[in-house]
Amino acid sequence: MQKRQDRLVFWGFLSPTLLAFLMVIIIPFAMGVYYSFTDWTGVKGAVTSFVGFENFRTILHDMRFFYSFIVTTLYSVASMTVINLVAFGLALLVTQELKLRNIYRTGFFLPNLIGGLVLGYIWQFVFNSAIPAVGSALGVEFLRRSFLSSPATAFFAIVFVASWQYAGYIMMIYIAALQNVPNELIEASSIDGASAWQRLRHIIIPMIAPAFTVATFLTLVNSFKMFDVNVSLTSGQPITEFAGSSVFSTELLAMNIYNTAFALNQMAPGQAKAVFFFVVLVIISLVQVYFNKKREVEL
Amino acid sequence: MSRKTARLLPLEILTAVLFLAYFSPFYIVVVNAFKSRFQVLTDVLGLPENWGQIAANLNSVINNPNLRFWKSAGSSLIITVLSLTVIVIFSSMAAWVLVRRKSRASAWVFMMYVAAMVVPFQVVMLPLVAWMRIINETMGIQMLRTFHGLIFAYLGFGCSFSIFLYHGFIKSIPLEMEQAASIDGCSRPQIFFRIVLPILKPITITVLVLNGIWIWNDYLLPLLMLGTGNTIQTIPLAISSFVGSFVKQWELIMLALVLALVPVVVFYLFAQKHIVKGMVEGSIKG
Repeated sequence: MQKRQDRLVFWGFLSPTLLAFLMVIIIPFAMGVYYSFTDWTGVKGAVTSFVGFENFRTILHDMRFFYSFIVTTLYSVASMTVINLVAFGLALLVTQELKLRNIYRTGFFLPNLIGGLVLGYIWQFVFNSAIPAVGSALGVEFLRRSFLSSPATAFFAIVFVASWQYAGYIMMIYIAALQNVPNELIEASSIDGASAWQRLRHIIIPMIAPAFTVATFLTLVNSFKMFDVNVSLTSGQPITEFAGSSVFSTELLAMNIYNTAFALNQMAPGQAKAVFFFVVLVIISLVQVYFNKKREVEL
Repeated sequence: MSRKTARLLPLEILTAVLFLAYFSPFYIVVVNAFKSRFQVLTDVLGLPENWGQIAANLNSVINNPNLRFWKSAGSSLIITVLSLTVIVIFSSMAAWVLVRRKSRASAWVFMMYVAAMVVPFQVVMLPLVAWMRIINETMGIQMLRTFHGLIFAYLGFGCSFSIFLYHGFIKSIPLEMEQAASIDGCSRPQIFFRIVLPILKPITITVLVLNGIWIWNDYLLPLLMLGTGNTIQTIPLAISSFVGSFVKQWELIMLALVLALVPVVVFYLFAQKHIVKGMVEGSIKG
């Protein structure tokens, strides 16, 4: 009797999330994997037939997709690096005994709470109007053209905006880690005559290594999935030439998938790209799990 | 003491300069929201010539048929509050039974939730829309373009990480209290709602912060579930349709962005500690 009631409560308490999870993740995921092997068009009533690896062959020859994958990889590595360097630098600064350090912490964190879409529009205006105005005022030729107008500078503009948005968040992770470094250790090393740089290099950085692993993967995965800022800041523009075809120079993978499905109306190839995207993210996660395991062994 | 102050002086200056540079985009947005169309084109950096221009700009923005500011803000609020409510209640319930019941089914279900955290939205988004249409055609439940459809989707996408956070917290709660309540004649649901749920408050705040920021700012899921040109639209959808609707009138766009920023900034100033703590905890456990 007690056992039956327990089981009833178990499934009863589980059912609301299980139902929602099944309906919006499990079933669409299974459908998605299936669709990537068919000629699915998304049109109501159309017959869908199995085509094997056809869609994957199609996307393999899709230069716009190939280019997007390369740019996304470069972008992810670049923003991961910049975000972590800036975040760590800021964390070191605001853990000093500065007068306004609490205001600085609060302020640097703020951009991260603002939606990517809103941020992208803010920065579009800054790059297109404000920075050229500064360039004119100071007579600096290089600043007078919008950074968003050429492929290379537009790429760095996205890295810059993502870093501006995200560094304050990662900074908080580093602050939490820095505060856990025992003070006695730092004082002892000072007494022994270690310079600030030696303390950083040989005590602080090794002590907060776990935070580096967390922050690195967090920024890598989030950069790889970047969408909102991409849409509102550049929408993939400007167009450039790549291996003989014209491609969108700042179109990252999430946006390429979206455009394939909704702008070009190629649902099945779009879904095949999404499955590929998923596989890459799974690989990144497995590498992360491996690193975490290794770290636990070392400790 | 004074030597220390002297040592810190360059750092003080450096940080202050960095901080001002960090906030300069906000200056640009705010001052340009107060300008006339002409001044936005001729003088981007300066202060507004006539601060009173804000009244005219506000009037154009609030009454814009693409933005429908008050209605969009109301829809965003309804969607965020109701989604958070269902996520908190149903995820904590699920996590509690998953921790307390040791069975193979329980372990499997939890594993499935954890594994699902790797699934990016892009891989389910296309079939999701098709599937929601199928549900409508076969069962007559309208999932697309409705509040309940979107809130249901947020429960599905938000529950796995929330269950994961609750699961970790509940594991550390001793069983004794629940056993005592059980002896006193409380039923299982009573034990959960009267005893366990109140203890979960710290982690509930983390769950609220993480999901709240995500849902309030989310663009892609509402775009797919609510569509465009719908009477129900969230603030990000409203902003995007407003920006895309006409030749760029930047002074009005800047004002619309300010209106979108204000609720977030005000909320942050009030709940700063909880927000920072929640987000850092969420990242480290995730």
